Amino acid sequence: MIDYALIFAFACFGLALLMNLYRVIEAPGLGDRILALDTMVINSIALLGLYGILRGTTVYFEASMLLAMTGFISTVAYTRFLLRGDIIE
Amino acid sequence: MDLIAEILITSCLVIGGIFGLVGSYGLLKLPDPMTRLHAPTKATTLGVGGVLVASMLYFLILGDGLSFHELLITLFLFLTAPITANFIAKTHLHRNVPVEALPETGTDRPWASYESDEARAAAEGNRDAPH
Repeated sequence: MIDYALIFAFACFGLALLMNLYRVIEAPGLGDRILALDTMVINSIALLGLYGILRGTTVYFEASMLLAMTGFISTVAYTRFLLRGDIIE
Repeated sequence: MDLIAEILITSCLVIGGIFGLVGSYGLLKLPDPMTRLHAPTKATTLGVGGVLVASMLYFLILGDGLSFHELLITLFLFLTAPITANFIAKTHLHRNVPVEALPETGTDRPWASYESDEARAAAEGNRDAPH
């Protein structure tokens, strides 16, 4: 039963990642592009978690922790650069 | 016991997957930038939370004990999603919305993110000064 749910969740997040990729390429504004990149990071964290369940190891949680941190920091750096023209003042 | 655990894990996975898909679809579908901000920051965060809860249950019941990494990741995502949304909304306001289009603040000072550093220092210096 878990196997089918895993396949379903993999399909959902894979489709979501494709939608985000389309949004990054065809964005109406710069804010939407940053938002799409941030959502891509969150969706890949979910994919890593699912892969950890599939393989039955907890090795991938460190990777998703790192991905969460760098994703957040890069989003904040990008928006701050657009707002102030400088990242570290 | 095992059947109940499997049902719990399966429902967490399915709910998480649906929320993740809805969040990313909302990013494509919703009409303007400020509403588009809602879909990924709320629905996708909940979707990831569902997946991480499922994996926590999986390793608690079928694996080797409770692991706190998932809880850490969930906490981190739930803390950072509003900050990200706030920054992106600010960027959108500054780039696409003129100051005249914003509603009145009701005081003699402008919106906080439009106030220059010098004006803020002057206004707050006056307020703190002894009368």
